[in-house]
Amino acid sequence: MNNIIICRCEEVTEEEIREAILSGCTTVNEIKRKTRAGMGLCQGRTCRKLVEKVFADETGIEMEKIQPSTYRSPVRPVPISNFEEDDN
Amino acid sequence: MRVWDIVVVGGGPAGLCAAIEAAKNGARVLLIDENSRPGGQLFKQIHKFFGSAEHKAGVRGLEIGLQLLKETKELGMDVWLNSKVCGIYDDNVLWVVKDERKSFQVKGAAVILCTGAVENSISFEGWTLPGVMGAGAAQTMINVNRVLPGRKVLMVGSGNVGVIVSYQLLQAGAEVAAIVEAAPRLGAYGVHTAKVRRAGVPFYVSHTIVRAEGDGKVERAIIARVDERFKPVDGSEIAINVDTICLATGLTPLAELAWIAGCKFVFNRVLGGHVPWHDRYMATSKKGIYIAGDITGIEEASTAMEEGRLAGVSAAAAIGLIDTERLEKIAGEIWERLDALRCGPFGENRKIAKQQVMAGGDEQ
Repeated sequence: MNNIIICRCEEVTEEEIREAILSGCTTVNEIKRKTRAGMGLCQGRTCRKLVEKVFADETGIEMEKIQPSTYRSPVRPVPISNFEEDDN
Repeated sequence: MRVWDIVVVGGGPAGLCAAIEAAKNGARVLLIDENSRPGGQLFKQIHKFFGSAEHKAGVRGLEIGLQLLKETKELGMDVWLNSKVCGIYDDNVLWVVKDERKSFQVKGAAVILCTGAVENSISFEGWTLPGVMGAGAAQTMINVNRVLPGRKVLMVGSGNVGVIVSYQLLQAGAEVAAIVEAAPRLGAYGVHTAKVRRAGVPFYVSHTIVRAEGDGKVERAIIARVDERFKPVDGSEIAINVDTICLATGLTPLAELAWIAGCKFVFNRVLGGHVPWHDRYMATSKKGIYIAGDITGIEEASTAMEEGRLAGVSAAAAIGLIDTERLEKIAGEIWERLDALRCGPFGENRKIAKQQVMAGGDEQ
């Protein structure tokens, strides 16, 4: 096992992701909910594939069979103060 | 809510060409880009393109960018810079945050997504140390911001991005200590690879980076030979003193908006992972949503521009500005050029991959 960081934003290690899979996570969405990997500022733009790779390695599931974790708005980091709509 | 005929998201080579074609055919166009200047990666491409003359062979990417910007100005379309498209809703309504201040709802009778790609990372011990960065990030620093990221660089990946950025780092005054490639063969066009080799940069094939070391920043890279399963071989480690490690380990299509919109996706390894399905007119499975460029699969600026033109023409046809006969004629011409670009040892694979995507692939 190792403590290489996979998700930089939320500082989730490879070991934590493998533990999440061993504890019963069966999708990358479940890994995300359990560990917060991919839920930080960059919303998984850096770690999405890395998490999938660890998942593939641990479970033996091929990369192309892995359902990517859900994308949601906002797809760019914006402060809530910017949510106010221009009414012109 | 503000309404246009066609809204183009992303002002790189694909988006600029899509917007230009749509506007040329009489559409009211809004082009949105999150950067302060459109052009996408074109303004980082200080090298000359090659291919045939009609694909701008011998012209530098940044010159192509300037020409396209001039055309967008002459056509008088609306261009929103510093504007982030944060969401997409039913009926092609987009949520745009402009100037990091306010939100706008923007609607297009057709929307063309040209959002490009994001660099892949690889994880290894020490990869979060300052000094480890994407090769594209290093290229932005030297060619756009004119800042040298470091003095001595290790490049991970020998594809076109890896060798082109290596050469440009040399031009900018850095030393490139080595280029490592996990595969047993080098990955780029020979013309780019040879330039770097002639400059004396050593290549290590069947090698990977195993560790970055240093006190608070990169001071050393440890590389190792890999076996046929790409696992590092014990005892083969080599230490190389560098202050910068660039990762040129591929790109992934940036397709979040297409995903949220509910477009059908197809997985294709050659094209960089999950890509939205599209037909021969660059239309996705969602009515009124078109795509072009790297979002459809990782290729090159030349193919992105042709796809952009095709998407622009198709979207204009969809709102009644071009009749079917003319659309077919233009689409046929563009496909001829796309097929001409997708040839040779690298292009042929992409051509097959594109056909697989259009045929539907494994549905997601």
